[in-house]
Amino acid sequence: MEILMSILIGFLFMAAIYLILSRSLLRIIIGTGLLSHGTHLLLITMGGLGGKNAPVLSEGVTDYVDPLPQALILTAIVISFGVTAFSLVLAYRTYKELGTDNMSLMKGTEDND
Amino acid sequence: MKTNDLIIQTTTKVVFYIIFLFSIHIFFAGHYTPGGGFVGGLLMSSAIVLLLLAFDLKTVQAMLPVNYTVVTAIGLLIALATASGSIFFNVPFFTHAFDYYNLPLLGKTSIHTAMFFDTGVYLVVVGVTMTIIQMIGGDE
Amino acid sequence: MINLLLFPVLIPFLFATILLFFPKKVKAQRIMVTIGLLLSLISAIMLLIKVKTDGVQAITLGSWAPPFGITMTSDMISALLVTSSIIISLFVVWYSFTSIGEDREKAFYYPAILFMLTGVNGAFTTGDIFNMFVFFEVLLMSSYVLIVLGGEKVQLRESIKYILVNIVSSSLFVITVGYLYSVVGTLNMADISVKLATIGQSGIVTVIAVLFLVVFGIKGAIFPLFFWLPGSYAAPPLPVLTLFGALLTKVGVYAIMRTYTLFFTTDVGFTHELLMILSIITIVAGCIGALAYFDLKQIIIYNIVIAVGVILFGASTMNENGMLGSVFYLIHDILIKGALFLLIGIIIKITGTSDLRKMGGLMKRYPVLAWSYLIAAFGLAGIPPLSGFVGKLLIVQGGFEGEYLWQSIFILASSLIVLLSAIRIFIYAFWGEEKGVKDISIKTYRHLLAPTICLVIVTVLYGIGSEYLVPFMTDAATVLLDPSVYTDAVFGGVK
Repeated sequence: MEILMSILIGFLFMAAIYLILSRSLLRIIIGTGLLSHGTHLLLITMGGLGGKNAPVLSEGVTDYVDPLPQALILTAIVISFGVTAFSLVLAYRTYKELGTDNMSLMKGTEDND
Repeated sequence: MKTNDLIIQTTTKVVFYIIFLFSIHIFFAGHYTPGGGFVGGLLMSSAIVLLLLAFDLKTVQAMLPVNYTVVTAIGLLIALATASGSIFFNVPFFTHAFDYYNLPLLGKTSIHTAMFFDTGVYLVVVGVTMTIIQMIGGDE
Repeated sequence: MINLLLFPVLIPFLFATILLFFPKKVKAQRIMVTIGLLLSLISAIMLLIKVKTDGVQAITLGSWAPPFGITMTSDMISALLVTSSIIISLFVVWYSFTSIGEDREKAFYYPAILFMLTGVNGAFTTGDIFNMFVFFEVLLMSSYVLIVLGGEKVQLRESIKYILVNIVSSSLFVITVGYLYSVVGTLNMADISVKLATIGQSGIVTVIAVLFLVVFGIKGAIFPLFFWLPGSYAAPPLPVLTLFGALLTKVGVYAIMRTYTLFFTTDVGFTHELLMILSIITIVAGCIGALAYFDLKQIIIYNIVIAVGVILFGASTMNENGMLGSVFYLIHDILIKGALFLLIGIIIKITGTSDLRKMGGLMKRYPVLAWSYLIAAFGLAGIPPLSGFVGKLLIVQGGFEGEYLWQSIFILASSLIVLLSAIRIFIYAFWGEEKGVKDISIKTYRHLLAPTICLVIVTVLYGIGSEYLVPFMTDAATVLLDPSVYTDAVFGGVK
C-alpha cells in the first residue's frame, strides 16, 4: 500500500511540476492544486496507513489509526482551499488588467510594463 | 439576454432549502460524528452558488441582502469569543467545557463550547467563499 | 494570567476582525488600528517583563497535556521579536496615514496589516511545528492581500510570482513536517527536541534538517533561494515594503535559528557547516546586488539579504558570543530596516522616482531628512555607538572564537560594502546639484517625517542603551544554546 501511495504521490508531483512550469496562468494554478494534493497524500502516508481501522480511540479498542495526520491534512486542505481560491481571483484580475494569462508575456521591467 | 432556464430555476427553488437543511444537519452531526462547521459552511455556500447559477447576481443579492465580509467578521468574532472565554477562568486558551441540558422539544442535549466555535467556522466559510465568488463574478 | 503570552497574537486578531465591520470609515479605522497596536505593545512589554522575571512561558492550548496539545511557548527571543514587530507595525501604520492613500485604506489595508501581525507574532510564539505552518499561512495570506492591494500592473505581475514561490515552499514545509512526523511521531517542538536527541545522528534527520533549511530559506531569503525577493518586494507601496522587509524575512530567519538550535544539534558538523557556507555566500550575493543597482529600493532590499547572512552566520557558530550577537543583530535589523525603508520612502515621495541618477541636492531643502538618513545609514553599517555595532562585534568575536577566520573577515568586509551602498544613496540623493525635486506640501513632509524620525531615535537608543539590553539578550541566547531550558519549561511539572 505504501509503495502504491508513493507512486501516486510521485505522479501527482510530476504532473504538478509540469503544469507549474507551463505558461498559462490557469494551468499553473491547477498545478499548485495538484501539488497540494500530493502533499496531503504524502502527509497521510507518512503518518502510517492503518488499513481499515477508524481513527477513533475508545474503551476496548486496541486497533486504531493515528488520528493526528488526518487532522493535519484537514487543516492543510482548508489552507490550500483558501490559497487556491485567492490565486484564482488574482489570476482573473490579472487577466482583466494585463489582458493576457501567458506568463512569458508578463515579464516586464520598470520601463516596460 | 433572455434564456430559457425555467427548469433549473424551478428546481433550485426547492433544492436550495434541501441543501440548506442538509448543511444544518451536517453542522450538528459534527458534534459526535463526521461533519462540522467547515463542511456545513461549504454546503451552504454551494447552495448559494446554485442560486447564482439559476438566477443572476443582482437577483440573488436582492433575495439574500447580506454583506459577506460582515458575515466573515461575525464568524471570526464568535470563534474568537468562544475560545477567549477560557481567559476569564484563567485556564489555557481554547479549553472547552460541556454540560447536559434538558431543552424543550429536544430533551436531554449536550451543549459543548466547541459547537459555538463551529458556528463561527460555519459563518467564516460561508462568508469567505461567497466573497471570493462575488469578486470573480461581480464585474461580469 | 497564564494566557498572557497569547495576547500579542490575539489582540491584533481581535482588532482586525472588528475593523472588517466598517471598511469605509477611514478615520475610525485609523483610531482603532492605533488602539489595537498600542494594546498589543503593552501586552508584549508585560510579556517581556514576565519572561525576564519568571523564565520561559509555556501554555498548552485546550488544557491538554503536552506533547498532545498545541503548545505556545514564549522565551526571551520570541518575546523580543514580538515586541519589535509590534513597534515596527505601529510606526508603519502611523506613516501610512499620510502615505498609503484613501483608496487602499478603504480596501481592508489595516485589517490585512493586523492579520499579518497575528501571523508573525504567532509564528514567533508557537511551540508546535505544524502550528508554525498554520501561522506562516496566516501571515502569507495577509501578505498576498497586501502585495496586490491597489491592483497596479506591476503589483499584479509580481504578486503572482510571489504567491507561486510561497505555495511551493508551503507544500515543501508540509512535506518536511510529514517526514519529521514519521521519524519522531510528534509535532511538539520541545518533544521533537527530546526525541531527536535520543535518536542521535542519523541520515534521515540530516535530510530533514536540510529540507527545513530549504523551506525556511525560501521565506528568509538565503543564497540560492532569494531570487524572488528583489522583484516582489519592490512592487507594493512603500509602507507595505517596509513591513515585508522588516518582518517577513525575519520570520524565516527565526525559524531557521529555532530549528537549528532546538532540533538539529546532533550532526552539527554537516548541517551547521552548510548553514555557515550558505550564509557567507548570501552575504556575498547581497553585497553584489547592493552595489549593482541605482534603484533606492533595490539597494536596501539587497541589504536585507546581507543582514540575513550575517544573522545566520552568528547562529551557525553555535557559541555564546556568536548567538548573542545574532540576537542583537536580528532585533537591530528589524528596527533599522524599518527606519531606512521609511526614509527612502520620503525621498521617493519628494523626487517621484526611485532612480538615484535622477535625484540630487536634497540636502539644502530637507536637511533634517538628510541627517536622519545619515544616522540610520551609519547604524546599518554598525558604526559605534549606533545599533548595528554591538551585534556585529559579537558575531565576529564568536566567529574568531570558533576559529572561523575567513568567514569573520567576510563579515567585516561586508560592513564596508554595506556602508558604501548606504552612503552612495546619501551622496547621490543629498549632495550635488539640486535635481528631480518636486514640491510636496510641507505638511505632508512633516507628517511623513515624524514617525520616521521617531523610529530612527528608537534605533539610536537601541545602540546606546545596548548595555541595558544585555541581560535580555543573554537570556535569549542561553535558551537558544541550551534546549533543555526550553523543553523543561514546556514539560514543567508533567515529566
